[in-house]
Amino acid sequence: MIAEKLIFAISLTAIAMVFLIFLFVGREALPIFAGNISSAANQESQPIPVAEMDRLSPEQLRSYLNLTQTEFKEMDRETLQALMEVRVDAAKEDSTDRDALVNTVAWRYLIRPYQWTDYDKPVYVWQPVSKIHKYNIIPLVVGSLKTTLVALLFAVPVSLGAAIYVSQLARPTVKEWIKPAVEMLSAVPSVVLGAFAAIVLASALQSLFGLQYRLNAGLAGLALGISSIPIIFSIAEDALTSVPRSFTQGALALGASRWSAAWQIVVPAAIPGLFAAVVLGFGRCIGETMVVLIASGNAAALSASLLEPTRTITATIAAELGETVVGGHHYRMLFVLGTLLFVVTFLTNVVGDVVMHRLKNRLEGRS
Amino acid sequence: MKLHRSIAVAGSLAALLLAATTSLAGNVTIKGSDTMVILGQKWAEVFMQKNPDTKIQVTGGGSGTGFAALQNKQTDIANASRKIRAKEREQCIKAFGKNPREYPVALDGLSLYVHANNPVSTLCIEEIRDIFTGKITNWKQVGGLDTPIILYSRENSSGTYEFFKEHVLLGRDFAAKAQTLAGTAQVLQQVAQDPNGIGYGGAAYGSGAKHLKVSAAKGGEGIEPTEETVVSQKYPIWRHLFVYLNPELEKGEVKVFLDWIRSEEGQKVVKDVGYYPLPANLRRK
Amino acid sequence: MTRRFAKTRTDVAALFFTGLTGFSTLLILALLAVILTYLAWLGGGQISWRFIFGGTDADMFDTEKAGVFPMLIGTAARVFLMTLFVIPVGVITALYLTEYANPTSLLTRVIRSAVNNLAGVPSIVFGLFGVGFFISFIGGSLDSLTASPEPRWGKPALLWASLTLAVMTLPVVIVATEEALKSIAPGLREASLALGATRLETVLRIVLPNALPGILTGGILAVSRAAGEVAPILFTGAAYYLKDTPHSLTDQFMDLAYHVYVLSTQSPNVEQTRPILFGTVVVLLCLTFLLNLVAVLIRARIRRRLRSAH
Repeated sequence: MIAEKLIFAISLTAIAMVFLIFLFVGREALPIFAGNISSAANQESQPIPVAEMDRLSPEQLRSYLNLTQTEFKEMDRETLQALMEVRVDAAKEDSTDRDALVNTVAWRYLIRPYQWTDYDKPVYVWQPVSKIHKYNIIPLVVGSLKTTLVALLFAVPVSLGAAIYVSQLARPTVKEWIKPAVEMLSAVPSVVLGAFAAIVLASALQSLFGLQYRLNAGLAGLALGISSIPIIFSIAEDALTSVPRSFTQGALALGASRWSAAWQIVVPAAIPGLFAAVVLGFGRCIGETMVVLIASGNAAALSASLLEPTRTITATIAAELGETVVGGHHYRMLFVLGTLLFVVTFLTNVVGDVVMHRLKNRLEGRS
Repeated sequence: MKLHRSIAVAGSLAALLLAATTSLAGNVTIKGSDTMVILGQKWAEVFMQKNPDTKIQVTGGGSGTGFAALQNKQTDIANASRKIRAKEREQCIKAFGKNPREYPVALDGLSLYVHANNPVSTLCIEEIRDIFTGKITNWKQVGGLDTPIILYSRENSSGTYEFFKEHVLLGRDFAAKAQTLAGTAQVLQQVAQDPNGIGYGGAAYGSGAKHLKVSAAKGGEGIEPTEETVVSQKYPIWRHLFVYLNPELEKGEVKVFLDWIRSEEGQKVVKDVGYYPLPANLRRK
Repeated sequence: MTRRFAKTRTDVAALFFTGLTGFSTLLILALLAVILTYLAWLGGGQISWRFIFGGTDADMFDTEKAGVFPMLIGTAARVFLMTLFVIPVGVITALYLTEYANPTSLLTRVIRSAVNNLAGVPSIVFGLFGVGFFISFIGGSLDSLTASPEPRWGKPALLWASLTLAVMTLPVVIVATEEALKSIAPGLREASLALGATRLETVLRIVLPNALPGILTGGILAVSRAAGEVAPILFTGAAYYLKDTPHSLTDQFMDLAYHVYVLSTQSPNVEQTRPILFGTVVVLLCLTFLLNLVAVLIRARIRRRLRSAH
């Protein structure tokens, strides 16, 4: 009995993990979602010269240095003095710019344009380092959508076409070879696809079309498309195969040809499954990292052009997280991006899952 | 039976791995500036040949990464191609109670790279600033051909990026269209292939692209980045390369290593890798 | 079924339809072939015994002397550790789903849905999860429990990378094992139960041994998937340059797939190190393809049995 209870408990791991992912990625992002932290420079607080340290009460000193009670208790005088010196230096380093007073991690600045110093109009800027950290996520969201769009425009027709061919038209012996071959494409790691795109494909496309930018959204999208073919193909193929053979046999008996049985009977019956394939393909593309990190050019420019470099959400996290201070604004912003990604893919997964489940129930006459 | 045997094999392998979980003495970890990874590796290699008992582990990621690792106590030494910021220092003090210790270890000049066939050969600092902030968008505006300027920049985790942004762009933002690349070599390679490109990076970095002469003011004399002009600080875009560490850790292998990199021998490596050795008078802090 | 099938358009339309779908299939196969041939052509020249079984950190970028052995060891260590975590959990979950769970209950549905969902979480989010959960939370807690003066657990390490990958590949193992379990003829179980064996005995003595090929497939596919992943290990354990292969669970490691990323973006001389890059790519591809091929072959056998079982 104990063994069986254990088996049951372990089988809940998958649920626990989905929950933990949301919890622990979201936890790091929470202060920004809740608007609890601010990056704005505190304009009133003039730094206090180190010489005046003794004039402050311990409590005043603690709050001036922004320390927690435990931190404060553990520090000796020398450390506190060093911290006071740093305060003075920080004030010198702090920009006197009006931008420094802006809380750049407030939602308003994350999603709406703002006219920063030196700009002649309100802009969407992602420039998260140096003095003023600008965290507008719109260029990254657009970048992700752009590459995903290109990827789907390429991968969806090809994958669905191949799925129809393999499941409906190919002879069984041919099918037994083609299906694993197509699935082999998923054995190409995305970092390899990225390198291939950035080095081989980029040069080929540039010389072919005389592109101004070697690495661009279109190129990254194309490579992304290749990486998403296996998933779209296998889900679509699964949906088409789950249409009972009696459907096809009925049509054939009524005098339909193989293709018209496929096109007029099987494909319509499997439409929800094909939709699920596209939705899950979308989720895969928006979350794919290495291909876009290597092949997109990574410029956080907001533009509609597919021939200019672009920067996606995933590539931004991958390129920047290693550099951030744990718990800092930038670190938390990247977790905000991660949470967004998780929520989007969670939704696409749920939609895909529900659609496939209903389809199979219906086709098996269980609903 | 079969199952039992494979479980036993897996178990004993796991036990082996776990048994190996012992701490390693004589380890020095170095993390930080990508600009300095090759330098760090070379230092490690030469040093370890002489001191086979010491193991040195070098990882990159950018100067910011190094400081983050230093304050999170994930590294003994942080390499940095820029000075530590007050905020980073504050974190360090909170973490180990003292100011981190700073040693300049080399000099580096930043070059502007353009394609070998680009007719432009000199730019002043202001023009460079306008080009990288997107105010100047055509080579014609600085005396070149009538073609658009394609910008190549670095990932924002790199110290070179921050140094360039603060000292050349005076804190302004890079034009959004600037492509960000993960390493200086990649910038150089892209510029070498792109007749309209411009990028920046270490002066001593390889060939393939043309290094521009830079003048401090418009119409001033263009200075070529060479060891002589950088060390004498005639060339306007130069910086120190630093190492930082927790003062409490400056003992044992770490201290031996630190003293060595600032010795003649260590400074020779600096030159071999392509940066400029510190003049003797600057080596002591 | 009263729909009429237009016969007159058949020839043109059939040709068009079959041609278009057939072309799509060919296109995918051609893409695969082109990518593989091109990479093999670019990197094949670099492959030698020395390249695979040699190589030190110091010669990482030297075309004549570079080798991928330290990276191979790192990759092998992380995927091996991963299988220790993922296979037991994955197999047990699959056992529960096929042997115990009520197939129509809400809980079963939620578990399945979670498995599907886990399969769709972006790899970079697993990376963030590894940092937020394993390194900061678990590692950080271990450090404060052991009161270690410097972080021993709360930093990127082989263990955390492996655990992160284990979470990521859990669905792969569950799905493959489930398929194998379903292919076992129901009669076997019934016979065992009829002879007086308990449920648990039946599962341990009859079901599990028969499902071994499926479990193997799941493990192999998980390894193949994990070996090629970079995003989840970027911040949880992979290192750019290390003198040594990992000695303990808390060490960082060099890695084959990560090395491809390093060489394609951060090499000191991109042109010159290109042969090393493609050589590394070829080694990595051989690894993932061989593993996949083995998995496909075993799976084909299981599927044949599945057809004969029902």
